[in-house]
Amino acid sequence: MSMASSWHKYASPAEASRRRPLILRTDVLIFLAILALVTLGATLMAQSGLISTSFVKTLGKTLCLCLAALAMDLVWGYTGILSLGHFAFFGIGGYAIGMWLMWDRTEAIVQSTLARGPLPATDLQLQEAIGSQIFGVVGASDIPWIWTLAGSLPAQLAAAILVPGVIALVFGWLAFRSRVAGVYLSILTQAGTLALSLWLFQNDSGLRGNNGLSGLQNVPGLESVPQSTLSLWFLWASAVALGLAYLAAVWLVAGRFGSVLRGIRDDEARVRFLGYEVEHYKLAIFTVTAMVCGIAGALYYPQAGIVNPAEIAPIASIYLAVWVAIGGRGRLYGAVIGAAVVSLASSWFTGGGAPNVNLGIYTIRWTDWWLVLLGLSFVLVTLYAPKGLGGLVDLWTEHRARRRTGDLGPDQGALRAEEEQA
Amino acid sequence: MTLLRALLLGLCLALPAQAQEGAVQTLLQSHADDIAKPSRRTIQPVLDDLAASGLPGILPFLEAWADKGIVQRDADGLFFYGDRNGDAYALRSVEDGTDAGTAGRREASELKPNAGVRKLIATTLVTFQLNDPDPDRRRAALDALSRNPTPDLLAPLRASIETEENRALRNRKEALDRLISIRFGTDPAIRLAAIDWMSDQVSLEARAALNAVLTTETVVGGAPEGANVARRLETGEDFTEAQALAVLARAEIVPDRVGRGDRDAALIAAIADGEIAGRPVATLDTEAARWAAYDALARAGDAPPRPPEGAVAELIAANPITEIYDEPDPAITDAARAALAEVDARVARAQVADLGLDALSLASIYFLAAIGLAITFGVMGVINMAHGEFIMIGAYTGYVVQRVVPDYTASLVIALPLAFAVAAAAGVVLERLVIRHLAHRPLETLLATFGISVALQQIFKNIFGTQAVPLTSPDWLAGAWTLNDVVGISYIRIAIFILAALFLALLVWILRRTRLGLEVRAVTQNPGMAASLGIDPDRVGMVTFALGSGIAGIAGVAIGLFAQVTSEMGAGYIVQSFMTVVVGGVGSVFGTLAGAGLIGGLQKGIEWLNPSNTLAAQTYMILFIILFIQFRPRGIVAQKGRFAQ
Repeated sequence: MSMASSWHKYASPAEASRRRPLILRTDVLIFLAILALVTLGATLMAQSGLISTSFVKTLGKTLCLCLAALAMDLVWGYTGILSLGHFAFFGIGGYAIGMWLMWDRTEAIVQSTLARGPLPATDLQLQEAIGSQIFGVVGASDIPWIWTLAGSLPAQLAAAILVPGVIALVFGWLAFRSRVAGVYLSILTQAGTLALSLWLFQNDSGLRGNNGLSGLQNVPGLESVPQSTLSLWFLWASAVALGLAYLAAVWLVAGRFGSVLRGIRDDEARVRFLGYEVEHYKLAIFTVTAMVCGIAGALYYPQAGIVNPAEIAPIASIYLAVWVAIGGRGRLYGAVIGAAVVSLASSWFTGGGAPNVNLGIYTIRWTDWWLVLLGLSFVLVTLYAPKGLGGLVDLWTEHRARRRTGDLGPDQGALRAEEEQA
Repeated sequence: MTLLRALLLGLCLALPAQAQEGAVQTLLQSHADDIAKPSRRTIQPVLDDLAASGLPGILPFLEAWADKGIVQRDADGLFFYGDRNGDAYALRSVEDGTDAGTAGRREASELKPNAGVRKLIATTLVTFQLNDPDPDRRRAALDALSRNPTPDLLAPLRASIETEENRALRNRKEALDRLISIRFGTDPAIRLAAIDWMSDQVSLEARAALNAVLTTETVVGGAPEGANVARRLETGEDFTEAQALAVLARAEIVPDRVGRGDRDAALIAAIADGEIAGRPVATLDTEAARWAAYDALARAGDAPPRPPEGAVAELIAANPITEIYDEPDPAITDAARAALAEVDARVARAQVADLGLDALSLASIYFLAAIGLAITFGVMGVINMAHGEFIMIGAYTGYVVQRVVPDYTASLVIALPLAFAVAAAAGVVLERLVIRHLAHRPLETLLATFGISVALQQIFKNIFGTQAVPLTSPDWLAGAWTLNDVVGISYIRIAIFILAALFLALLVWILRRTRLGLEVRAVTQNPGMAASLGIDPDRVGMVTFALGSGIAGIAGVAIGLFAQVTSEMGAGYIVQSFMTVVVGGVGSVFGTLAGAGLIGGLQKGIEWLNPSNTLAAQTYMILFIILFIQFRPRGIVAQKGRFAQ
């Protein structure tokens, strides 16, 4: 009879979940528990030598990608803006933190070299030495203006968040103001991403052209900490960031703001006619998710060790959308599942982990055929399983819902409407 | 019988020629002493005689002679081509270059004409080449001459103009005559006339010739009397203070500039007991402190002094720096300056024209790549991210055809329709299997076709490898059409332009004059109403998709002819194609044309402003398009009607 009483207590299951503190919602609890288990388990296994440092880094990087996918899900799955540029914000975050990592380390090296000289170093000498050290690869030695604050960690941390935010704000304001929507917006964001990566590819962009920033795995001031420990610290930082972001996202979509976002996704014109400033909502979610992507990038690239313009190429942003679609858009855990499954599978297949399939006349090497598999399975998911991997959760919860109340699934308005149309 | 007799006769004629000395050898022998020991004063009549003989063997002989490749056999004084081979010379006949045995190192002597003689030989050679019956050889001689003009070649050049029959070569000879006159002539009137003639030219040679007249020399401390002054240099305008100091230092008016490296070296050398010139080393951690220490050293005479800072203006006022023309006649330099300005203006105009051609050719490529996308987007409202892969499929079709049919022209004729068919078939398969099931879900279509694009790229990479494969154009497409030194365009680009124009005409005809076109336009404007009137939107969609994909296949062959064929080639065009469609306006052929023209022109224009950087050009172009969309969100040719979104 518990079922009946809860029906009486709350007008609807949705309201039931809304009245409960967010952190105690079952889906949130399960998510946080899994995240904590993965992190703890990885830590213990790394301490006992069961998994390598590089695998710990892969896990940490995957968590950062999950964070970016979470942002993508908010902007696409919940608001219906298919941005093909969010990975560029991820890259910008990486560049911002990479500038500090590279500058500070180079400065320390240069200082110790100059200190061995017979004369005490002057500021000009120091600047020139750093300049030729960092920009020698692109045949320059002058320090570009974007590196003005590179020596300051707080400034670069702020840049990792604010630069994506400002770019998203300006771009979004221009785009949403003139009612650019749907595929036009997707193309425009893709073009913007291409412009950014092409600009970074130039040698005189001031960010070392196609060499990108390297040596980012060495954190200045922490030279004495071995990489095996450092990788765990970053894993924990990534896990905490993902957990906090997940909570924030759950809070965001559970309230009225989230309802308006879903409304915009399902019928933008109707929400506008109801008196909501649709553009402001879109701009807000576009900008906030860009900043989240910046944070994710700032955590990712110190673990990857190198950031270069190829990372920002438009295809990376499309992959972000692919992860969300495969995981199941319109549900926060879907994005995380998609990013984790696809990126881990990708590194398993392309890293030679998957066994070759011998067909007698032809041997399928997964390093060659993984992208074919990914592309085709993505098409199949789009065609036949628009809910993605998250749809599997529905199968289970629908079965369970008969016994207990509680709504784990997201709003499905758009998907239902589309299925009817199709 | 007759044949046999002719053969025998030929043999009889050939035998004595080989046994005796040939005409060339006879002629050479008549000047044997002068040739063996030539001097600059005596050789000219000999050369004239050789040249006048008109024998074909003389030209290679002169070339070899100037190149020290002739030996004289000591025993009989005969001349041979001789290649030193260890201790012996391999001899070849001066008549026809046939093998003539060997001679030991001591049995023959090399002819070693001195520099003056070689110059005279070279002049004679040029005369020879300029009057050669073969126009190609005359052209080659002119090329060599214009690369390295010298005054003594003027006379043979002028002499050869009269007899020149080829109009183009005659024009070139006259141009070259004037070029050399300007630089080396002595008669001011002739030089002025030549300069005046030059101002009508659009050639890099003309610019070089005029610039050669305008060479200057920098003089410190006022120009000498009667000098042809070009200008007085002012700091801040003509050069920087550092450059001015460098000029003054060369004139030994101020001491040489002391670099920071030299300064630090001097300081380090002067360290004594942790002090430099009485200052503790630890205090020298600023540039100012180091310069102060250096100045103290210089005052003490322990280091070379450095030029005074902040007094450059006075120094230059006291020692004016002027540029003086090497050419003493101001009339000539004035005329040359005016002519150069005129030539520069002409070259700039020609560059604009060339840029226009470049932009036109780029625009036709973008048009071909984007038009298929534009019509499918217009009719079905979906974005096909795999469109670029249809371009790639077309290019690889061309490559495979070329593997089977080795003749490039024939293979191109086969490849164009085949690429259309293959890409159209691929388009139909994609439409039926994927896109139809995602109707009214444009974002999902975008992503699903992206999945197809990734899979297709990888499949082609697995089949054809990651290396670029060649798609060779036939020889008749290999050249370039050149109007002058600046304006030129390759035939391939002209062919692509024609191809684009053909497809533009074809599409306009289909859309305006056929039943299919009517249906396509109806579905584009209002699919629901079109369906109510008995048009099958599915069929129209499929045919449109086949047409659009097929054109992409053709574009692939065209692009493959001048760019690399790789599995990623389509991806490089996809964003540009999208922007062409978005800028032009969806579903409109002329909109796409306008979009392609705008983007092609814009890209070339930006490249022209910043020629070193094509990447930056693309960046700025994309930023421009993002701004453009602000003002015309529906493109240049906007779709009208209730269903236009």
